[in-house]
Amino acid sequence: MIRTPLRPLARILEARQNGENPDAIERENLRIRHEQMRDKSRVRAEGRLLVLGIAFFCAFSVIGARMGMLAASEPAEPRAQVSGHSIIASRADIVDRHGRVLATNMSTHSLYAHPQQMIEPDRAANALAGIFPDIDPDRLAARFKDPKRKFLWVKRKISPEQMQAVHDIGEPGLLFGPREMRLYPNGALAAHVLGGASYGAEDVHAAEVIGTAGIEKFLDEELRDPSRAGAPLELSIDMTVQAAAEEVLDAGMKLMNAKGAASVLMDVRTGEVISIVSLPDFDPNDRPNPLVEGNPSDSPLFNRAVQGVYELGSTYKIFAAAQAIDIGLVNKNTVIDTKPPFEVSGFKIGEFANKNYGELSVEKIIVKSSNRGTGKLALAIGPKRQKEFLKTLGQLDATPLEIVEAKGGAPLFPKRWTDLSAVTISYGHGISTSPLHLAAGYAALANGGIYVNPTLLKRNEPATGTRVMSEQAAATARGILRKVVTEGTASFAEVPGYHVGGKTGTADKPKERGGGYYDDKVIATFASIFPAHDPRYVLIVTLDEPVETSGKKPRRTAGWTAVPVAAEMTGRIAPLLGLRPDFGEPGLEKIFSTSR
Amino acid sequence: MTEMVYGTVPVQGGEPVLPKWWRTVDRWSLACILMLFGVGILLGLAASVPLAERNGLPNFHYVQRQAVFGGLALIALFVTSMMSPLMVRRLAVLGFLGAFIALALLPFFGTDFGKGAVRWYSFGFASVQPSEFLKPTFVIAAAWLMAAAQDLGGPPGRLYSFGLTVSIVLMLAMQPDFGQACLVLFGWGVMWFVGGAPMLLLIMLAGLVVLGGMFAYNMSEHFARRIDGFLTPDVDPTTQLGYATNAIREGGFFGVGVGEGQVKWSLPDAHTDFIIAVAAEEYGLIMVLAIILLYATVVVRSFVRLIRERDPFIRLAGTGLAAMFGVQAMINMGVAVRLLPAKGMTLPFVSYGGSSLIAGGIAVGMLLAFTRTRPQGEIGEILRGRPR
Repeated sequence: MIRTPLRPLARILEARQNGENPDAIERENLRIRHEQMRDKSRVRAEGRLLVLGIAFFCAFSVIGARMGMLAASEPAEPRAQVSGHSIIASRADIVDRHGRVLATNMSTHSLYAHPQQMIEPDRAANALAGIFPDIDPDRLAARFKDPKRKFLWVKRKISPEQMQAVHDIGEPGLLFGPREMRLYPNGALAAHVLGGASYGAEDVHAAEVIGTAGIEKFLDEELRDPSRAGAPLELSIDMTVQAAAEEVLDAGMKLMNAKGAASVLMDVRTGEVISIVSLPDFDPNDRPNPLVEGNPSDSPLFNRAVQGVYELGSTYKIFAAAQAIDIGLVNKNTVIDTKPPFEVSGFKIGEFANKNYGELSVEKIIVKSSNRGTGKLALAIGPKRQKEFLKTLGQLDATPLEIVEAKGGAPLFPKRWTDLSAVTISYGHGISTSPLHLAAGYAALANGGIYVNPTLLKRNEPATGTRVMSEQAAATARGILRKVVTEGTASFAEVPGYHVGGKTGTADKPKERGGGYYDDKVIATFASIFPAHDPRYVLIVTLDEPVETSGKKPRRTAGWTAVPVAAEMTGRIAPLLGLRPDFGEPGLEKIFSTSR
Repeated sequence: MTEMVYGTVPVQGGEPVLPKWWRTVDRWSLACILMLFGVGILLGLAASVPLAERNGLPNFHYVQRQAVFGGLALIALFVTSMMSPLMVRRLAVLGFLGAFIALALLPFFGTDFGKGAVRWYSFGFASVQPSEFLKPTFVIAAAWLMAAAQDLGGPPGRLYSFGLTVSIVLMLAMQPDFGQACLVLFGWGVMWFVGGAPMLLLIMLAGLVVLGGMFAYNMSEHFARRIDGFLTPDVDPTTQLGYATNAIREGGFFGVGVGEGQVKWSLPDAHTDFIIAVAAEEYGLIMVLAIILLYATVVVRSFVRLIRERDPFIRLAGTGLAAMFGVQAMINMGVAVRLLPAKGMTLPFVSYGGSSLIAGGIAVGMLLAFTRTRPQGEIGEILRGRPR
């Protein structure tokens, strides 16, 4: 770049010689330079201004054209739509193992208001209060008249009759939107399994139905998956059996003056839960609110069969016996001394009602339900092996059942598994598990020693599981369980033709604030399998604080409370399950000749 | 000497003010502005009635106010357009300083009228929005700085004006008032462009904006949803935009008839931000196209007249004022037809609003002052052999 000087030396010198002011030359050059620069920038600006003018003209034209396009188009029916993604409202049905509907969808309407379109807000509010008794007309009218409000929900779900009544008000500002609602046609049946559903994201035109509890929440994504194409979710639950179990358990709970009850019926080979009941229950169509004070386990929402972890007492004894037989420490006829004193780490181990059974065989220990006998077996097994065994039986982890509440049912057991723990756990104290855990454990005894995970989904083939004990040990344990019913504490459990085997358990309830146990509150449990020689099902019945008052003294043991309820239940549901009663070969005296 | 001066009649320096003004002013633009003002009153008759009713005032209360403010605005317009560019520059720079200080003090003394953004000073009988006055005066100040930068040995005016722009944009964004902030930034950009921004830098900037937009779209879900929501053809009819779109559709080519429109009853901003929707509904596409034509005429005519301008300051200042005026109208109408995302922006001279009217009058008055015909050294150029 050539720089042209503002003060060219030649001219300056000449000017000085002529006596002129050389600054004038600089000013003159500066003026010329400025003029050149301005001309240059003006030429550039001319082009750019032209571009700007054209750009503005085009922009105005675009707006005009767009206005014209809009004006030429028909006014569209207003459509409320969230931009981006639409709401998927379809949700798969839930059916039982025979395809009977447990949960389905019903199309209904929601009612909303556009206050700015309302003509007589007061009259509309009063009329609405007449249709929906829970509406406060004054408050609603105030909301209708709030000038800032453009929109408000009046009711999320209304029936066709209510819709007609709202139509009859004749208020143009009251509008309806289509809605899918989740319907549980059987009311409270299997309420804890199904849980319930409510609305998630919603707009006027659709609402997302999302599960709030139970399997509806656990499998929410799967139920809402559009690729299911409406295929229903098949549960392992049998509706008929479930209904019978609920009826019997409800009657039994009232008869035994219990405050709560739970039962689990599980197929021992597949792990399918055929029926699972927790009482008191609720109607999932109208889910109650969770308790805000008091013990949450007193709420009907609480699932005693899955969430409720209790010390299940003597029902645990069979695990100690089965393990001792399995690892070859004893056989069922090995005699063990159960006389006092029996002290572990300075604690005396007692028996029920301070009995002294003397010397008992292993079989008799279970039949008579001796704490000291099982404690000695547990000591022989040792804490480490006992813990491992219970772990493989699924007793130390939350059950993998497909409802959200299952995670809340994690067993409680001591961190340090000492000799004393081993002894108390062997007779079901110091470990708290849910009735479902117990069902899974007994299923392993019943199916020949294989642990299967309980499931709520229909399974058509036997589940694969891990072997936890030998087939012989399991068979021996089953024999012992049968003996408990025929000779021991569970004599009321016998159901003619179905060969029930089982074990009772009566555990004192621990005080809520710690510091020992109540002496007049128990958890009574009966864990049974049937038919005992080739078990198909395991049934657990648990009563919370039962007391049987027909005798002179109130009786609380499971043999008097849970066992009769379980027997009644078995008698009702075994035929429903398609089990043939087996009365053995009829004797000659039963044969009548009808012809001579 | 004294007696010779005493008692003489002072000689008129050149021709009288009014005839000179009439001869040199851009009469077409002036006519367009007056028509826009008339349109504003006409639409106000329809659009501001619901607001008056809601506030329990006489039906045409806001029309009267609009007429009063409009009269003041027209006076300001005429007076300003009669000034010489030098006078305009001096007064505008002083005004800019005042408005700048007022804007800076807003967080301490301003009110938000319950709208969430502190933009106003309340004086009881009226309220003033300093940013409205800041916009045109800022253009003048920035143009002055930029023009000064073109002289040899002048100050680094572009840098100074850019610093001013950034500080104003930040203050406006803090209110928050992104619409005005964008407008200020845009006005400065246009002046920079006309004032000789290097092409390479402009292209790089454009590329950077595109890249940044794509990056934001891909990285930020919120941003992407805003854009997607804007791009989808469906619009939620319960929003202001939905009402506006539907009103334009209802109006069709010839409108539903004077006073028959419904949209003004449901739109809270029918008299300001969405007045074009009221126009479209009641008077149809014809009216809207006429309004657009008026704005386009003012803007394009101003640019064309400025092409011939020799003085860099006048050229830049005029460009900035015209561009801001046009863009404000464009944004307002573009929002109503969903070409642009929603931004609260008044339609100059048509929307109701005291500050905006008077500030608009001053701004257009300055624009008219700059676009007046004045000798551009044509003779000299012809003599120098560079005929245009």
